[in-house]
Amino acid sequence: MRTAKLTLARYLTMLEPFEFGFMQRAMIAATLVGGVTAAVGVFVILRRLAYIGHGLAHSIFGGAVVSFTIGFNFFLGASLWGAFSVFLINQAARRRQIGGDAAIGIVTTAAFAIGIAVISRARSFTRDFEAALFGEILGITNQDLYVTAGMVLLIAVVMFLLWKPLVFITFDQDVATSYGIPVRWVEAIFSLALAATVVAALQVLGVTLIAAALVIPPVVARLLTDSFPRLFIIAVVIGAVTGFLGVYVSWFVDVSSGATVVLVQSAVFALTLGWGVLESRRGFSAARRAERLAGLERSLND
Amino acid sequence: MATVGVDALVELQGVALGYEGVVALRDVDVTIAPGELIGIVGPSGCGKTTLLRSLLGEPELYAGTAKVADNTRVGYVPQVETVDWNFPITVEQVAMLGSWRTRRWLPWTSRAERSRARVVLSQLGIADLADRPIRALSGGQQQRTFLARALIRSPDLLLLDEPTSGVDIKTRHEILHQLAGLNTAGVTVVLTTHDLNGVASHLPRLIALGEQTVLADGPPSEVLQPGILERAYGQPMLVVQSGHETYVLPIPEEAPGAHGDVLPPPEVVNVIGRPDSDEDGEADSGPISDNA
Repeated sequence: MRTAKLTLARYLTMLEPFEFGFMQRAMIAATLVGGVTAAVGVFVILRRLAYIGHGLAHSIFGGAVVSFTIGFNFFLGASLWGAFSVFLINQAARRRQIGGDAAIGIVTTAAFAIGIAVISRARSFTRDFEAALFGEILGITNQDLYVTAGMVLLIAVVMFLLWKPLVFITFDQDVATSYGIPVRWVEAIFSLALAATVVAALQVLGVTLIAAALVIPPVVARLLTDSFPRLFIIAVVIGAVTGFLGVYVSWFVDVSSGATVVLVQSAVFALTLGWGVLESRRGFSAARRAERLAGLERSLND
Repeated sequence: MATVGVDALVELQGVALGYEGVVALRDVDVTIAPGELIGIVGPSGCGKTTLLRSLLGEPELYAGTAKVADNTRVGYVPQVETVDWNFPITVEQVAMLGSWRTRRWLPWTSRAERSRARVVLSQLGIADLADRPIRALSGGQQQRTFLARALIRSPDLLLLDEPTSGVDIKTRHEILHQLAGLNTAGVTVVLTTHDLNGVASHLPRLIALGEQTVLADGPPSEVLQPGILERAYGQPMLVVQSGHETYVLPIPEEAPGAHGDVLPPPEVVNVIGRPDSDEDGEADSGPISDNA
């Protein structure tokens, strides 16, 4: 009887986070954002642009600060700022003397510095922008949730419609043009989708953790499959599930939700990597055993 | 690109091409008729790929006119070295990229697209590799995978950049046979190659590049001449003619033949082994060694 009571208590404790509206909103937002950042992240890591996610998050922070200061809509302002940053990066990267990584470094840190400069002039905003830096998912309102869901839906539609050209460009950009793909247009639209993803993730994860959510789920999926469609689905599922789990677990461990999401993703990555190493060792041992047996059989036949 | 008349598939007249304002080739006059099989030869960096891609309308055109016939479907096979072979994609998925325009707004492929891909893969002898990731392919299989992506569009003009680089002799032979078969079926084939003996000398028409322009254009017997090759490669070349076969060997300045003669084979060449016929029943040249 006592054991049954304990089990029931534990069960009720596990359901505790679902009782509160702010936790429900946070878990929904983290699931949506986790899924969409992973979806966009698949194309980011396969194009070896992991650095752009990190840079863009910092750049958009600058946009968020400026938007807030001049009283402009945060989501629109930050998205436009992000898109403009990507445009500048692309323009700078086309010059061979500069290169893509240097262009990202220059443009995004300059945009971030603008944000810091504005904050230092108007000190009363400091606390709000700490939320942008480290995320404040528990403060999400219903309106924030609707906007986030709308952005996620828009990004999903764009990726659905541009799937084939995006896969082609990601795999073989050099040749995509010769197959009639409007590479510049597709890249521009993808850049906008990436900027919108970072904006959507800003409140959930914060500037400092967005890059991890863009990179970790696709990398885990990459360790598990060699098929692109499967990789995409696995990454989105991992992103969404770890997003949900991160916020859920943060309730019990009393740690920042954004950090918990990234730590859960990192744990999944470590487990997958460890499992992969064990599997390859097992395969290697099996191969060596088979080789030894074959050698023994040969010597017996001789 | 403008269009050309019925006689030619492609016409380049007085063309100067390049990238980012830097001219790579100038004074290029090339006409390609439907059904031709052409090799572009020359040293590294001479503009072979630029000329090939000019047929796709890609490099910047600084002078002249480049015309291609209306409704020409072009298939392009890049150098395999330019591709990320760790990309998570299977052979069949690569082939189907070629038909991306079919139901372009939907992420998935239709049953008809998949069966078309299987047919093309079967024609190239790699149907059993359809579900294999590309990183697990050999050099020849990689080439065939990209050929499948080009062929799935049923091209009129097939462009291949170094299709036999990095493959063994047997695979090279098989790839050339497949290209010859496609050409016989009516596909115009233009390829670049570094391999003067194994590939270029077997093609009906060669375009030799050097000194930023076209140095020669014609059959191998006219193009593979010591004077032309020395201008192209900046090094004396020994050209040996044995029956219908032509062999080119780089030679040091002081060696006999360095002055550019076309030498007859008996005095300078030992033919070591010469199989009567290959598996297709066609005569095949054996390996040669220069004992001079």
